[in-house]
Amino acid sequence: MMTVAAARALRDGAVCFVGIGLPSTAANLARRTHAPDLVLVYESGTIGAKPDRLPLSIGDGVLADTAVSVVGVPEIFNYWLQPGRIDVGFLGAAQLDRFGNINTTVIGGDYRHPGVRLPGAGGAPEIAASCREVVVVVRQTKRSFVERVDFVTSFGFGSGPGEREALGLTGAGPQLVITDLGVLRPDPDSRELVLTALHPGVDPATARERTGWDLRVADDLGRGEPPTDDELTVLRALTAR
Amino acid sequence: MATIAPLAEAVAHVVHDGDTVAFEGFTHLIPFAAGHEVIRQGRRDLTLVRMTPDVLYDQLIGAGCARKLVFSWGGNPGVGSLHRFRDAVRNGWPRPLELEEHSHAGMANRYVAAASGLPFAVLRGYTGTDLPAQTANIAPVTCPFTGEVLTAVAALRLDAAVVHAQRADRHGNVQLWGITGVQKEAVLAATRSLVTVEEVVDELEPRPGAVVLPSWVVDYVAEAPGGAHPSYAHDYSVRDNDFYVAWDEISRDRDRFAQWLESVA
Repeated sequence: MMTVAAARALRDGAVCFVGIGLPSTAANLARRTHAPDLVLVYESGTIGAKPDRLPLSIGDGVLADTAVSVVGVPEIFNYWLQPGRIDVGFLGAAQLDRFGNINTTVIGGDYRHPGVRLPGAGGAPEIAASCREVVVVVRQTKRSFVERVDFVTSFGFGSGPGEREALGLTGAGPQLVITDLGVLRPDPDSRELVLTALHPGVDPATARERTGWDLRVADDLGRGEPPTDDELTVLRALTAR
Repeated sequence: MATIAPLAEAVAHVVHDGDTVAFEGFTHLIPFAAGHEVIRQGRRDLTLVRMTPDVLYDQLIGAGCARKLVFSWGGNPGVGSLHRFRDAVRNGWPRPLELEEHSHAGMANRYVAAASGLPFAVLRGYTGTDLPAQTANIAPVTCPFTGEVLTAVAALRLDAAVVHAQRADRHGNVQLWGITGVQKEAVLAATRSLVTVEEVVDELEPRPGAVVLPSWVVDYVAEAPGGAHPSYAHDYSVRDNDFYVAWDEISRDRDRFAQWLESVA
């Protein structure tokens, strides 16, 4: 459901910076269903890739073979991401806080002697800063949804309104957080993440239980549509190969 | 003019104890054969540099070659964690590993600055994150024209760069294509360089989009067919995804890793 919801968040014709795993599956699902003109950009330097199977890494040869253009890594970040030429960036998170800040660096302890050492920043800090908008895809648990992240690897809204603007960040930041339970969006005034929709069969109490802060629930809480037969068929075909 | 030499000889000339060295490759064309030769030659105290230290760096770290890692994303792509990397960070095994962490954009720009002969590069990045506080190589800089505050990253100069490519000619001109990552920048950022290639040919056929490193910017070329395995060389081999999955098991346990290490030596 998380994958289907993420795919639906991509509008046709958008330019999408894609990471491997769920974002790549979602983007390829969207391209095969409602968004045939979605432009897939991978940080390995492939622009406009149209893979006929799911790539197994961000640098899979199928991406280079099917891309409109293949460029070096400095160019992807400097020419394409930095000036705001990418509409949507997908990010994952080990920890996400109520203002959409993301930690993929260390959990617990101090930086030099961490409880858990995570993979690190990758492309995320600049994706979070420069994509027109960011979609975060993350499983919702008390451990991942925390009041305040242990380390800010990628900036969301800091601790509230006005901070992105003050820092000169050009993108709008995390506009959508898709979890295994539902969807959160930032409150337009406070920038705090608010639960705005639930996937089928999930109740608000579960979402609250699995959030490490006092989760606000929108008055007009929406309910996600279950995956269609078409979405499921395409998704199964994609992941079976 | 590049010297074409056997792998062991080329590695001995290019990679020395205590060097700051990058074995670059962005999923594609990762110089595994050269890295394994470094393990065999028992190099120590290396500062290993790479945007995406994956399985090759897990192997070098586990073998005790590294003192420090300069990187932007350390994981086994699509599989999970690097267990030798984690063991070194958490437990100092087989020796402590100092970390310097950047973003991909930061690393790419650091290479570009060094390749360009400049002391630093400028980017619109890192802002608002906790990363700049952890290293002296990231600092705010004010634009002299607009007054805007941006981020400067220090040039990443290398003692040695090692990359893998598809082909070289007998003069040592190197051609690589497909996903080319930051290999060109790494070679141009280094004092000494080694390119391992799938094959040495009499003449390079022009290829649209290929990167060519002319002989005079490369020090050594060594023929190493399959030298990117388990990564791949576009038009020569495919990625051995099963090995990346298998590595998770091999690297999880120190004894199991020690057995693997013997197979390399």
